[in-house]
Amino acid sequence: MTATVGREAQVAARANDVWKVYGSGEAQVMALRGVSAEFERGRFTAIMGPSGSGKSTLMHCLAGLDSVTRGTVMIGDTTVTGLGDAGLTRLRRDKVGFIFQQFNLLPTLTAQENILLPMSIAGRKPDPAWYDTVIDTVGLRDRLGHRPAQLSGGQQQRVACARALVARPEVIFADEPTGNLDSRSGAEVLNFLRNSVREHGQTIVMVTHDPTAAAYADRVVFLADGQIVSELIEPTAETVLDTMKKLDTPVEVAR
Amino acid sequence: MFRATWKSLLARKVRLVLSGLAVVLGVMFVSGAFVLTDTLGRSFDQVFADAYEGVDVNVNATPKVALDELEGEPVSPPVPAALLERVRTVAGVAEATGIIAADGALMIGSNGKVVTSFGPPQLGENWLGESDLLTLREGREPRADDEIVINAALAQAAGVKVGDRVGVQTPFKSKKEDFHLVGIFGFSGGRDSLGGANEIAFTTPVAQRLMLGEPDVFTNISVQAVDGVGEEKLRDDIAAAVGDGYQVRTGEQMSADAAAGLKEGLSFFNKILLGFAAVALLVGTFLILNTFSIIVAQRTRELALMRAIGASGRQIIGSVVLEAIAVGLIASVLGLAAGIGVGALLAYLFGELAGGLALAGLGVPAAAVIGAFGVGLVITVVAALLPALRAARIPPIAAMQDVATPDRPLTKVTVSGGIVTAIGATLLFLGLSGNAGDLTLQTILGGVFLAFIGMALLTPLISRPVVGLLGAVFAWSVPGKLGRLNSGRNPRRTAITAAALMVGIALVTGVTVILDSAKSSISALAEDQINAELVISGVQSGPRPPSFDPAVLEQAAAIPGVQLVDGEYGDMAEVDGKATWVAVSSNVAALERIFSAKATAGDISRLGPDQMLFSSDTAKSRNVSVGSRVTVQLSRGEARTYTVSGIYQSTELTSPVVLPPQAARDFAIPQPIQGFLQLAPGARVEDVRPQVETLLADNPQVSVADRAAFIKQQTSQLDGLLQMIQILLALAIVIAVLGIINTLALSVLERTRELGLLRAIGLRRAQTMRMITVEAVVISVFGALLGVAVGTGLGAAVVEALKDEGITDLVLPWGQMGLFLGLAAIIGVVAAVLPAIRAARINVLGAIAHD
Ligand SMILES: Nc1ncnc2c1ncn2[C@@H]1O[C@H](COP(=O)(O)OP(=O)(O)O)[C@@H](O)[C@H]1O
Ligand SMILES: [Mg+2]
Repeated sequence: MTATVGREAQVAARANDVWKVYGSGEAQVMALRGVSAEFERGRFTAIMGPSGSGKSTLMHCLAGLDSVTRGTVMIGDTTVTGLGDAGLTRLRRDKVGFIFQQFNLLPTLTAQENILLPMSIAGRKPDPAWYDTVIDTVGLRDRLGHRPAQLSGGQQQRVACARALVARPEVIFADEPTGNLDSRSGAEVLNFLRNSVREHGQTIVMVTHDPTAAAYADRVVFLADGQIVSELIEPTAETVLDTMKKLDTPVEVAR
Repeated sequence: MFRATWKSLLARKVRLVLSGLAVVLGVMFVSGAFVLTDTLGRSFDQVFADAYEGVDVNVNATPKVALDELEGEPVSPPVPAALLERVRTVAGVAEATGIIAADGALMIGSNGKVVTSFGPPQLGENWLGESDLLTLREGREPRADDEIVINAALAQAAGVKVGDRVGVQTPFKSKKEDFHLVGIFGFSGGRDSLGGANEIAFTTPVAQRLMLGEPDVFTNISVQAVDGVGEEKLRDDIAAAVGDGYQVRTGEQMSADAAAGLKEGLSFFNKILLGFAAVALLVGTFLILNTFSIIVAQRTRELALMRAIGASGRQIIGSVVLEAIAVGLIASVLGLAAGIGVGALLAYLFGELAGGLALAGLGVPAAAVIGAFGVGLVITVVAALLPALRAARIPPIAAMQDVATPDRPLTKVTVSGGIVTAIGATLLFLGLSGNAGDLTLQTILGGVFLAFIGMALLTPLISRPVVGLLGAVFAWSVPGKLGRLNSGRNPRRTAITAAALMVGIALVTGVTVILDSAKSSISALAEDQINAELVISGVQSGPRPPSFDPAVLEQAAAIPGVQLVDGEYGDMAEVDGKATWVAVSSNVAALERIFSAKATAGDISRLGPDQMLFSSDTAKSRNVSVGSRVTVQLSRGEARTYTVSGIYQSTELTSPVVLPPQAARDFAIPQPIQGFLQLAPGARVEDVRPQVETLLADNPQVSVADRAAFIKQQTSQLDGLLQMIQILLALAIVIAVLGIINTLALSVLERTRELGLLRAIGLRRAQTMRMITVEAVVISVFGALLGVAVGTGLGAAVVEALKDEGITDLVLPWGQMGLFLGLAAIIGVVAAVLPAIRAARINVLGAIAHD
């Protein structure tokens, strides 16, 4: 990444005036209302907001898991909006990694097989040095032969992280990756995510409603009622909490 | 609780539809069998009622040889014309008619071939004029001896019309004779035939000569009473007048007796159909068991929650069983409806095949309804019981935990499987070794049933390694590997699904092994024992085997190069009061020289007119030895006493008893049925054969074939049997395919989240479909493999047990087995189509958010 590369190229994912409407008529829900955001390469961005504010929806739209009602989404230089199933599948396979809150792993496969699954599906071989690095960073070397049922929740999430990292995707999307974990396991996973950004230049976009988790990120984008309402650079748990409190009040009032 | 059950039932209707379908098919088979046989039975009643409508009393001679249903049709000897005169003198008789109607009048169609029948008789009759029942549709009655009229169905089958010259082959004439077809008749109600019978009516003297072989005799006498005279009274008066040796019955009795014989056949047919229905239902039971197990597993959280909020284990069982009852009821109703439809359709097809059997109105016998609901409900509830018990054991805490259903150990299943298999094998052994006495058939069937259940219980244990091995074939691709793992992840589910397929394929394989072994053994024996280069015979298509002119035998013997000729006659007779198959060899020397018979006592190379031969087995069982005097009553003539002059070694091909050539005159068919020609050394088959063919030119019923072709033709009857069994078992296989579809569909539903995850990380639609297909193929090939193995075992056991009966070769139908495995792979692909499409269509986001 040299200085000559423009700001354009440094964006790993971008939302441009994205609207998302669920349902129609009386039951209509505006989950996103004109969200525009850029997620830079090599940065760890958190998307914060109260429950129901549209965090997951934004992430799904960005990752090509869901279609947008209006606006465009780009991953790297690929326009996601308008891609068919084959294009979306290829995009997910080659450019995107996922970590979900739960049910991340296939119960029939061992940890190692789960980690290598996206690469096997794509028919690619992992870079052995990188694979070793990832395995060592997540600290799972002695658990590689185990099946998910034999792993703790924290270990399972770390396997999911490793799986997302091994393929070196353009961007990893994580939806509440620590939502089901105790604080210690959560911290482990978050540390690991931050390190992969700091040390290996991975791009990560993480949805969370937990200020402590958000504090691990380089930047926090705040969503409320389907709109981006605020942003913090180099956040700490306190600043995040403060911003949240400020956000909450008007929203409460608006109701 | 009821509301909850009902709601959950509605919520999972798709899942239940498939398992319900299995019950529907099984119930359809059961009720269809009842409806079919009931409709046919009532139709035949009507046919006979019509046929005897104008008859108040009937007189015929008592059959000389009493036979029961399985031994064949008893043959009544003709009654003399003098008897007709005597009947006419009985007070109360308005009219007495001498009737000739005998089976075996074969018309040669416009294509030069004999018109065949697959069951109904081909009657040769005397023309008695029109009646309420019978009217001429075209032409006129036969007046001259070379004129005939025939029924419309026969005219159509033969492709002949009034004015044609047509050939007719009759039992007492060696050659076909040509007649002028002067008329075509039909029956009341626009019917072309009565119950499919073909009828040719001659003038009375011609009918006597051709159909009965002597002048001034009739088949029976039909009597109409003077108005006001009761049938029963007239019957008794006539019986008193004609004396012993005659059967005098009212028209009603006649039609009831005629129908009773057919109905016995129908009820046997019904039992066979029900047997196949039982197989289909066994397979269906597996399917339902599996569905309910999967549904209970999927509802673990829901059921646990119900337990947590206070439902008792009993209520949980009740809820699952209630669901089963609902499914069983709906399936029974649908199955009954489908069964009525199928039964009616089959009856219609049967009627068409039988040449226009007018069907009685469709009826639903009580047995069909009781059978449908009994079977449908009982099977469903029994199959749901195990899963229900399991559901009751779900701890309430499971609601709070993540549903990590640990693999329950297979020890219990395996042990019980071993025990059940062992019991089944023991019963089989007892039955097959003939130690079960009167209950042999039941013991064998029970053994097979238990062996299947036992094997199904053992299958989970076998499934791990075998499925792993089978799946290894596909493991080179990621979808293949995932599919293989999926098929191995739930050994019980895979096992039951595969076991369902196993049952059908095992039965087909077993039957194939037995029939192929029998075929090969008989062929080998025939090749070993029959020293004839050429054989004259025909293909039997009705109750009456084709026969030919005995003169052909003499003419054939005169052909240069022919060394020895023998004609074989056969009939059922009473030998010392016991119904026995008796044979006549026109050339007794043939016994040793053509059929390789070995004398165990006396002399079998010649036979005087008062002498007879016994096979060693029959001699032993009847306690007869050389010098014994034995009374034989043939189909015709008086009983006669013979002296046993020789005993030959029994083989599968030997007849129990051989009579001297003179006896053949009194056989029901007094003509040879088969002719065997032995050629002189150096004579060539190609040279002799055309000359024999010219001898047979007049008789299109029979032909001459070399020995190999003859043996093949004889054993080909087994092929037809095999095909029929395969068609009937196909239903069991269809149900098993439904089972595979069902299991896959349920698995796809269950793994929605997982499939979403796979799609999220980049698995393409096509790859997803391939994954499901591999799973299906592995399961179905596993089932077929089990079926082939179990079937071979069963077949081999039966063949081993039949060793004493002469089935000495064990033939394993490798080609067929390969075919089944290939077929199973195709079945897997087909079964996977819908679930695979469903899996590929899963909405990625929806799956991940799925709760
Ligand atoms: N599939 C859907 N259909 C209808 N409404 C939806 C759907 N998914 C999300 N929503 C609505 O959109 C809004 C945003 O949801 P979401 O993005 O899941 O919020 P969160 O910030 O908690 O992740 C909510 O009001 C939610 O009810
Ligand atoms: Mg969310």
